[in-house]
Amino acid sequence: MATNGKSPEQGHPKKAFGWAARDTSGVLSPFKFSRRATGETDVTFKVLYCGICHSDLHMAKNEWGFSIYPLVPGHEIVGVVTEVGSKVQRFKVGDKVGVGCLVGSCHSCDNCANDLENYCSKTILTYGAKDRDGTITYGGYSDIMVADEHFVLRIPENLPLDAGAPLLCAGITVYSPLKYYGLDKPGMHVGVVGLGGLGHMAVKFAKAMGVNVTVISTSPNKKKEAIEHLGADSFLVSRDQDQMQAAIGTLDGIIDTVSAQHPLLPLISLLKPHGKLVTVGAPEKPLELPVFPLLLGRKLIGGSNIGGLKETQEMLDFAAKHNIKADIEVIPMDYVNTAMERLLKADVRYRFVIDIGNTMNSSA
Amino acid sequence: MTKSPEDEHPQKVFGWAARDSSGILSPFTFSRRGNGDDDVTVKVLFCGVCHTDLHAVRNEWGFTNYPVVPGHEIVGVVSNIGKNVKKFKVGDRVGAGVIVGSCRKCESCRQDLENYCPRMIFTYNALDHDGTKTYGGYSDMIIVDQHFVVRIPDNMPLDAGAPLLCAGITVYSPMKYYGMTEPGKHLGVAGLGGLGHVAVKIGKAFGLKVTVISASPKKESEAIDRLGADAFLVTTDPAKLKAAMGTMDYIIDTISAVHPLAPLLGLLKMSGKLVTVGLPEKPLELPIFPLVLGRKLVGGSDIGGMKETQEMLDFCAKHNIVADIELIRMDYINTAMERLSKSDVRYRFVIDVANSLSRY
Repeated sequence: MATNGKSPEQGHPKKAFGWAARDTSGVLSPFKFSRRATGETDVTFKVLYCGICHSDLHMAKNEWGFSIYPLVPGHEIVGVVTEVGSKVQRFKVGDKVGVGCLVGSCHSCDNCANDLENYCSKTILTYGAKDRDGTITYGGYSDIMVADEHFVLRIPENLPLDAGAPLLCAGITVYSPLKYYGLDKPGMHVGVVGLGGLGHMAVKFAKAMGVNVTVISTSPNKKKEAIEHLGADSFLVSRDQDQMQAAIGTLDGIIDTVSAQHPLLPLISLLKPHGKLVTVGAPEKPLELPVFPLLLGRKLIGGSNIGGLKETQEMLDFAAKHNIKADIEVIPMDYVNTAMERLLKADVRYRFVIDIGNTMNSSA
Repeated sequence: MTKSPEDEHPQKVFGWAARDSSGILSPFTFSRRGNGDDDVTVKVLFCGVCHTDLHAVRNEWGFTNYPVVPGHEIVGVVSNIGKNVKKFKVGDRVGAGVIVGSCRKCESCRQDLENYCPRMIFTYNALDHDGTKTYGGYSDMIIVDQHFVVRIPDNMPLDAGAPLLCAGITVYSPMKYYGMTEPGKHLGVAGLGGLGHVAVKIGKAFGLKVTVISASPKKESEAIDRLGADAFLVTTDPAKLKAAMGTMDYIIDTISAVHPLAPLLGLLKMSGKLVTVGLPEKPLELPIFPLVLGRKLVGGSDIGGMKETQEMLDFCAKHNIVADIELIRMDYINTAMERLSKSDVRYRFVIDVANSLSRY
């Protein structure tokens, strides 16, 4: 229920159609709702594709405890502009645009002033959050989006819309820390733990930055893919003691995309002195931090969460320049529940993308 | 048959050593090498008592090789130099810290980061290049390669300067490396002991606002009135802790006991940095969500290289920073160790070696 007291369908003037989860089963089904009229700084676009992020699955099932139902997920949204507000400067009708994980922030804190809207304490998430007018935000598993210009990205000309969509979350999530933690220098040696949506993007971005990449995974059968298809330089099976031993002290950094509980000590050991372990996956429970190895090697463990809007645009432009796009499986809207099941088993190479434009059918 | 400590080397030395894990120290006669071409002989005047010395004498980390002569905050005067030594002359006031050797060839050594050399040699309880054991500064003289000797600035008192050789560099180095020196920013110092009190002084010298974070309310007036901290946060007060959430740019965590990291991470602003320089025996629990959502980091640091140690001493001299010490006689050391284990010292014991270490 939109919290302006009206039903989702009547809360706003523009008719919208999407698929929503209604309870913690996480099962999605058709959902009629509405979006606000195009305000003076708003951009309205017809959604063509939306990536399925693992966060969508967590949120659909209320695994993080703050989901508001009905929940329309989707924060890797791309499409074509249909309307712009009177004060919009950067976009016009027909432009190819995208929206990622955020649709609002306070614009007055230090973080916002430094283009770090993602670290603003008053961010408005693209879905499942309370918008400024008190209504709930709905995400990209829907036919249209209305977003403030500040939070709309331009999709570069040579980036395909479908395979570009996952960049809006997965892409920026790994690009930002590669830069912030200084793991983007040619010749550096970086490990990527986990080869899923985030991991495969990390391999591609790091390679494009001139970095030597080692994929670290529990599954030996991902090796061929990692090396031949994604371009990783080497592959380390984390359960193989001998391989791990041989790789001790060889990495300048590690991008850890694994959200399951896992031990940090073996990863810290792989780092050279002054090495950096960056975590972008978020295990629910605390992990054990062995302090001695951290101290004796002056190593650090740091986190990162998506990126600000300026950096997201920079990332898209970088990706376009280096022909980086996600490896995707395009699916029709009504396959979404099956896709979620498969995603739970990590059975996808490496992102599902919903073909909204061609398969989102609103009922008559 | 290996030689006894007394006969191993040509120069007779007198000190105090612990002989077993009771950690009790007592007089010990041993020997040191002759003064080599690159060596500096230091007549020891003072030696600080670092908590590491306590861990070592009681074998709390499991790798003590008895008998152990601790002490790695050593100051004194040069009494002899080798023919290659140009930086020092007899009579100079010098110091030696936590390490007395490294490989000098690896990437770390070449970057003046001898403290991260995989083959660094600790001042005590380690094996020197010749395979013999190193003995520390609870002794009347020490012989050190000139590369590992630092000059004590003229205006720095030797006794109160000694602890800087470990405690000082241990907090100075990460403050520089992790970029925790921007004037006006807010530094939290967790734990107010040997490391913590020096961190407060150095933090203030960098122009930072400093809040001491402690579980002991009775340290508040000390922290503010004597050490110059701007604020004091008692971690056992939930309301005050909550009010301080997200207010600190940096935290230096000097706490050596196992302690929760979550509250400290909560005190950091977004992109805040927590550096841990204490060495708890067991791993700590690290919640990952706050790191990710706030782009926060937890980093370690271990003393500093020789170049930076000299830089730190010069910085401290310029800002009149020395440790707050309790000067003791050598024969008080066992009582001092007991008191140290209960944190009953403001804030470092320093042994008046020259005046109280006598052979009999």
